[in-house]
Amino acid sequence: MTARLSPRRRQRISRGVQYAVLIAVAVILILIADWPSIQRSFFNLEVAEQGLPELFTVALVNTVIYTVTGYVLGFALGLPLALMRLSSVPPYRWIARLYVEIFRGLPALVIFLLIGTGLPIAFPGFALPGGVYGSVALALALVSAAYMAETFRAGLQAVPKGQMEAARSLGMSYGRAMISIVIPQAVRIVVPPLTNELVLLFKDSSLVFILGVTSTQVELAKFGNDLASATANPTPIIMAGATYLLITIPLGYLARRLEARQEKRL
Amino acid sequence: MSAVPSAAPNGAAKHAVEIRGLHKSFGDVEVLKGIDFTVEPGQVVCIIGPSGSGKSTLLRCVNLLERPTAGQVFVDGVELTDPDVDIDAARRRIGMVFQQFNLFPHLTVLRNVTIAQERVLRRGKREAERIALDNLERVGLADRANAYPGQLSGGQQQRVAIARALAMDPALMLFDEPTSALDPELVGDVLKVMRKLAEDGMTMLVVTHEMGFAREVADRVVFMDGGVIVEDGPPEQVIGAPRQERTRTFLRRVLHPEG
Repeated sequence: MTARLSPRRRQRISRGVQYAVLIAVAVILILIADWPSIQRSFFNLEVAEQGLPELFTVALVNTVIYTVTGYVLGFALGLPLALMRLSSVPPYRWIARLYVEIFRGLPALVIFLLIGTGLPIAFPGFALPGGVYGSVALALALVSAAYMAETFRAGLQAVPKGQMEAARSLGMSYGRAMISIVIPQAVRIVVPPLTNELVLLFKDSSLVFILGVTSTQVELAKFGNDLASATANPTPIIMAGATYLLITIPLGYLARRLEARQEKRL
Repeated sequence: MSAVPSAAPNGAAKHAVEIRGLHKSFGDVEVLKGIDFTVEPGQVVCIIGPSGSGKSTLLRCVNLLERPTAGQVFVDGVELTDPDVDIDAARRRIGMVFQQFNLFPHLTVLRNVTIAQERVLRRGKREAERIALDNLERVGLADRANAYPGQLSGGQQQRVAIARALAMDPALMLFDEPTSALDPELVGDVLKVMRKLAEDGMTMLVVTHEMGFAREVADRVVFMDGGVIVEDGPPEQVIGAPRQERTRTFLRRVLHPEG
């Protein structure tokens, strides 16, 4: 080539090449894919019908129950852990630190295994209230509490020191000032990250299958998998996946909206 | 006002504030290097001095927001530095106004003024609201009772902060540079409220850079520098005719900043 290309022309050519490659890949995939087979396996309406309405009335309901109980319990455990991490009493700080390090460092799956198999061995005869529901709530709470504790800690530290001082100067005790003044402000600050935590927990609830649940206790992932085995067709797994997205995408969107609103207010 | 015999046992009984041999260090830095002084009931005392002189730290030691390294603090005859004293109970009688206002941003103006009345003094909601509105009226902001602090100007926020402290019926009010964070045009309203409070006989300890206020309102002016009290006397003396060279240097800088 003799004449040098202008930067703009060069950019246009490079862009054109990228699009061409993209389209070529798509065309090849479309051509080699076995469409009738894909439709039969993944979007099989006859199989899908077998999963309804239990997909929603049982599996989704259970997933929501597992997630919400785990979340509420995790919240109730995470907030005191955060307060302990910020405590002036060293052993409190050590305990909270240790807890966070351990439970943030472990895969959620391992925690479920420990709850399922470890707890009955360590405390024979002791049964968690609610049976499987109790075990799931505890396992999810143990996982989420570690993350929530760190989130709360950041939130508590984001409340200006003057708030505590003003409350104390009005004669409030440390605990009263925390409850009436500091914690309400910290919770507001951490609403967006806590919404994200809810999304994570919603997905982690799929680990429930480890505990061996009955057909009335199944959540989305196990429900999809069981039905896929029974029908020898993966369509139910696609259905379960789509149901997760039905919840997680709006929640994620909500979290980003809350975050944006908060940035504007600060 | 009759002077208290300094030799009296428990001689603090009749002073509004008495401080003896107060030292305060932050790490290796000694900020207060032995402070002795008293405030009598009904007195308005202004503390002036260059930044870093320890005046805010001294004020914060009076209600033990800072814990003294050594020395004693008495308020109304009660030794706050006594480890067995109920500090929360003692603080109820000591109002404090901060440079940064420190209103509770998640609560309305009214709730800012009622929450401690209800939670600390155990007043009923209705009584607390009545007292809150009285005090908001006093600072000229009763009509903003339902606003949130973020909707108010700095001067308005500071006046709410004053009302919040007054609603607790304090025997003593501490002001920590109450106008330093305000835009110049908002300073006057806050000073007016403080002046009225002084005229009503409130005992006030005010850390300030407002020399006009100190000169006109204070019964006594205390000049601090380097963690000690350099000069203590009526404003005509400390501001009008300072005896110490350090005081003169400071006042020259403050009153004629461009030399």
